[in-house]
Amino acid sequence: MNDRFVYVTYIRTTKEKLWEAITTPEFTRQFWFGFHNECSWQKGASWKLIAADGWVADAGEVLEIDPPNRLVLRWRNEFIPENKADGDTRCTFDITNDGDVVKLVVTHEADKPHRHIQAVSNGWPQVLSSLKTFLETGQSLPRTDRLPAKAA
Amino acid sequence: MSMDAVFRALADPARRRLLDRLRARNGQTLGELCEGESMTRQAVTKHLAVLEAANLVATERRGREKRHYLNPLPIQEIAERWIGRYERARLAALTELKRTLEETRDE
Repeated sequence: MNDRFVYVTYIRTTKEKLWEAITTPEFTRQFWFGFHNECSWQKGASWKLIAADGWVADAGEVLEIDPPNRLVLRWRNEFIPENKADGDTRCTFDITNDGDVVKLVVTHEADKPHRHIQAVSNGWPQVLSSLKTFLETGQSLPRTDRLPAKAA
Repeated sequence: MSMDAVFRALADPARRRLLDRLRARNGQTLGELCEGESMTRQAVTKHLAVLEAANLVATERRGREKRHYLNPLPIQEIAERWIGRYERARLAALTELKRTLEETRDE
């Protein structure tokens, strides 16, 4: 039995702008609790998700990349020992046009039951909802521009 | 994706039950979701179509299998629209308190 979440959101934007929001630190910080991705965005490149004050939350590498359509990351948690012990997960961003909006599907999965998949299920809905608002209004949602005090 | 569709989809207890079952175990097939249901397979199919149209359920085809996933994003967007920026932490605490009290009572 694998472990998997599938999140779907429709955003009034372009595929290029959505790609830019995910891959550009200045944008990403605003809706991803202050985190940004550090990566050269090439196949095989190392990838890190870094918090505002510099610690590494998650790390891995680019398994597949096809801007602005698809990104697959090998994703390993770095700061919760038992989640890290469960090993690698995989996160896929699929971006397609759907009428006059863009459909974003984020799939976060592991080949076996995985504590980090359960953990991210709290964060993804907030991050993706804020990403949508950020792209549609130019402003992210309150509270998603930095880590909540108790988690920091 | 209209909010009307989300509210209409959530208005039906049978559909909320299907969401509960996906929350308990994500990625079930139609056959799995029919197990233990008093509804016909056809009725379950119809309810799932309404949930999918409202984007509350995401589906994924794997060969001949179609798996269903709970997609909480429309509900998140509804919450963001009406819950004020300072209310959230307090509400989370109250929800947690309610859950703890109810769990204690169940035991």
